[in-house]
Parts: sequence; C-alpha cells; structure tokens
Amino acid sequence: MLTIERIIHDAIVEHARRDHPDEACGVVAGAIGSDRPTRHVAMLNAAMSPTFYEFDSGDLLRLYREMDDRDEEPVVIYHSHTATEAYPSRTDVNLAGEPGAHYVLVSTRDGAHESGPVDFRSYRIVDGEVTEEEVRVVERYDDAAPEQRENA
Amino acid sequence: MAIEVRIPTILRTYTDGERAVESSGTSIAELVETLESAHAGLKERLLDDGAVRRFVNIYVNDEDIRFTGGLDTALSDGDTVVILPAVAGGA
Repeated sequence: MLTIERIIHDAIVEHARRDHPDEACGVVAGAIGSDRPTRHVAMLNAAMSPTFYEFDSGDLLRLYREMDDRDEEPVVIYHSHTATEAYPSRTDVNLAGEPGAHYVLVSTRDGAHESGPVDFRSYRIVDGEVTEEEVRVVERYDDAAPEQRENA
Repeated sequence: MAIEVRIPTILRTYTDGERAVESSGTSIAELVETLESAHAGLKERLLDDGAVRRFVNIYVNDEDIRFTGGLDTALSDGDTVVILPAVAGGA
C-alpha cells in the first residue's frame, strides 16, 4: 500500500494537469527505509512528449546526488498518461529501474487539464511483474486513521 | 589506477549489495571489462551490441559520457564513475 499526504498527492495531480497533453514526471523522495514520501520533486520531461517521458540525464544525476546527501531514496516515481489509462505500459515495465519504489501513474485522458477527473493509481514493478496496490491519502502522516473525506 | 564506481540499487545483485566498488581501467570500455571480471553479468546490463545501452546513464566526474566520447572516455586515477538507470517510460 502507498500512504501519501494529500498535499503531495494534490501537487502530483496539479503537475499532471499543467503539463497535459505532454506526460509529466517526477519523484517523491523520503528517508531511506521509511516508505514515507515526503519531498516532492517535479522533474522536467526531457522528451516533452505526449507518449514518452524521460528525466534529463544531468537532472537525474543531481537528483540522486541530492537524495544521497540527505539519506533519501525515491519512494515514489510518478508520471502521467495523457491519452491512456493509469496503468503501466510495456515500456514503463521494461524501463522500471527502482524495484523498491511505488510507481504512481496518473491519467489525464478524461479532460483533467480542464478540471476533469484524474485517475491516481500505484504499482510495484519488480522483475517485469506489475502489482497494483491500494493508495491511502492522509491529511498528515502523523494521523493514525486514514482520511475518508474527499476534498476536505 | 583506482576508480570508484557507484552502483545503482537494481545492479547491486552483481556486487553483493555494495553501493560502490573499486575498479580500474584507462577508459570506460576497459573499466566495463574489469567490472565484468569481478562481477560477472554486469557488462550485459550496461552494454548492448558493444555500445552503452540507451537507457543506462554513465557519468565520469559528473559528466554524462554521451558528451565525452562514450566508451572511449578516458579515465584517470581517482575518477568517480556513476551508473544510473534512466528514469523513463511511456504510454
């Protein structure tokens, strides 16, 4: 299961809306071993494409160095699909290089750029195997109980 | 000719979990061969048909080797090599 704070969840959705029809991408870093995504880093899609995303190689190096310095790892790696469902494509699966990460897929195909709905789903991708997992959005990580209200 | 090589999580199965290994070589091509002799299987994950894989990034002292001569990029004692899988995908 992915547990994520609403403010970070909403920032990812907002990023996907903003970059539609191109794919948006980024990570949420967190302390190593914590499984808690705390620092949202929106990345530039160097491919600037509606069907492909790739972090710029220089940005990628800086990102990993920064995470190393802070004892962080990429807890969430996200990108948007702008014309298809929020499910990992064959390319996504083949290129998934972080077996410990939650791969979040956001779909903006239903007019999300014009305030339509955004589909937000999370997966584990390990050795070519995709496993969908529950997403729990909480107001704050300190809260023990899951937040039930929508748009509270 | 000591070169520090930073290994990404997904390739640490080849280095007994080590995040960094010491290796040697006067170029990236040589380094890959040295790495392969100590960590069999690594070369296949880095190269395809004698070239660096499209979705593997290799940096020497923070420079992407795509811009410094690829496999021919020269190495000197004390250089740091970082290997990172691309973060990429598509619909």
